[in-house]
Amino acid sequence: MNWTTALQLSLRALGRNKTRAMLTALGVVIGVGSVIAMLGIGSGAQQRIAEQLASMGTNSLVVRPGSVTRGGVRTGAGGITTLTRDDADAIAELVDVLAVAPSVRTTAQVRYRGTNWGTAIEGVTPDHVTVRSWPLAEGEFFTRRHVLGASHVCVLGQAVARELFGLRSPLNESIVIKGLACQVIGVLTEKGATAWGTDQDDAVFMPITTVQRKLLGITHIERIEVTAVDREASFRLLKEIKSLLRQRHRIREGQSDDFRMYNRAELAQTSEESARVFTWLLGSIASVSLLVGGIGIMNIMLVSVTERTREIGIRMALGARQRDILWQFLLEALVLSTAGGVLGIFLGLGGALAVARFSALPVTVTPVSVLVAFLFAGLVGVFFGLHPARKASRLRPIEALRYE
Amino acid sequence: MTTPLLQIRDLHKAYVLDGVTIHALRGINLNVAPGEFVAIMGPSGSGKSTLMNILGCLDVPDDGDYHLNGQDITRMGSDQLAALRNHEIGFVFQNFNLLPRTSALENVETPLIYAGVGKRERRQQARAALERMGLGDRLGHLPNQLSGGQAQRVAIARALVTKPSLLLADEPTGNVDTATSTEIMALLDELNQQENLTIVLITHEPDVAEHAQRQLFLRDGQLEARA
Repeated sequence: MNWTTALQLSLRALGRNKTRAMLTALGVVIGVGSVIAMLGIGSGAQQRIAEQLASMGTNSLVVRPGSVTRGGVRTGAGGITTLTRDDADAIAELVDVLAVAPSVRTTAQVRYRGTNWGTAIEGVTPDHVTVRSWPLAEGEFFTRRHVLGASHVCVLGQAVARELFGLRSPLNESIVIKGLACQVIGVLTEKGATAWGTDQDDAVFMPITTVQRKLLGITHIERIEVTAVDREASFRLLKEIKSLLRQRHRIREGQSDDFRMYNRAELAQTSEESARVFTWLLGSIASVSLLVGGIGIMNIMLVSVTERTREIGIRMALGARQRDILWQFLLEALVLSTAGGVLGIFLGLGGALAVARFSALPVTVTPVSVLVAFLFAGLVGVFFGLHPARKASRLRPIEALRYE
Repeated sequence: MTTPLLQIRDLHKAYVLDGVTIHALRGINLNVAPGEFVAIMGPSGSGKSTLMNILGCLDVPDDGDYHLNGQDITRMGSDQLAALRNHEIGFVFQNFNLLPRTSALENVETPLIYAGVGKRERRQQARAALERMGLGDRLGHLPNQLSGGQAQRVAIARALVTKPSLLLADEPTGNVDTATSTEIMALLDELNQQENLTIVLITHEPDVAEHAQRQLFLRDGQLEARA
């Protein structure tokens, strides 16, 4: 008996009980559909997290002043003033470094004509745009020249622009920060909140020198953001920067650092890891429904074998070999599961689209997940179809024929 | 003397039913020549069905020899037995045993499927077989749309479509009325006489057995010629 004939026999047998066949396949349809939709939601979330991490600077690490003990009194973090822009320049020389962004930070009331708004003032360098991959909505960022000259210019975050200017463009307007008149030369795009809830858009960016000299009257810096060439490099850099700064700050063996560092890559790894776990979790839950669909197939096939015992006996009397019977029933299970698989793909795509439309969640259905779900459905068909099919093929002809 | 189509020597078969061993066949000897029409009679429980199963290669004997068309079936595996049933034997059952919800044409095609005959040829042969039985207008009918006589003729068409050397009929008239019974027996007579088809008929009705050239009685697991 060739394949097409065997397939035709199976299709015909299924066709004799259409409702039952459809209900049986429905289990697989829902199983495959939910696997695809869940994996789609999971990898969408994974992608979203990856994007957020990238915007935060995944390969970056942060250097901050540490605490120091003077006469038994320990200052808090950032209590010392040894970290300077020269340190930042020295770090920039390291091989693994892509960019370095030193910064200082304060808070102030910002005034524009009749209105005012309390916000964060960040003194940064032009590299800031690159390091945080944060493009401008309008105007431009200040340049090295602005930094050298400690110019009275600033770039507004979206929230500040909105609070002070409403819908008007703030470009070339003058705002007053702690009595200092600054010209607005650019507005950043909206960035949203950080993972820990700070609104990144609620800030004013100025040349680091302007903030240091004219607002704070200091020479040290409060933070150096370092971007490594890649994630591996960021881990190496932790050590390299540590020894570099210890040397520059003349810290002797046995003395503690006067700075602290943390690596964002670690955070990125944790987040990515948890996103992966999340995807796996969703996928496994959905797989359970596929498994249940498979058990449904086995159940119906077993019922079908019992019901059709006599038919099996007749076929054997007419010359069907055991393997002919085996294949007929196995193919029926396979047809049910693969047909269910194909319909399930559509259901899964539809479900993923619906979730994407009605929730803010991004959903990405990958061809791999579709293929895996479909193959899994086929596997379920074989696995759960084999037992009933074997049972059918091993019936003894005389008993099957006499079965009432 | 021609070589017998069926050659059975000292055949034994016992089976266990509800813990009791029943010796259904105790030394059967039987030769059936090609073209012969033999009736085997016996009361119920005499082992008719057991003998029929072994003759039809649906079951194997415990002991003894059975040669069908020169082939020793006691040495065969299940695949070989299946092939033998397909090529050498046509079955006609009391309750027709047509595949349910399957058209007459597809029923007749079924043995050809297992014989590996291609689709077009299969359809053609099945149609011809049904037409010979006078059922040319019933090809697409389902078993439950056929009368008893029609259903049995579909079964006969299905039995003969592979051109077997032996037609094995187990109470073929048991489920039909007298008129239909007469019609079916006339058909078997015709097949035997005109086509020289070998028929082994199992029945408990004496007037049906009358159609055979030779009548045998199965009693206590042994065959004896009718007195």
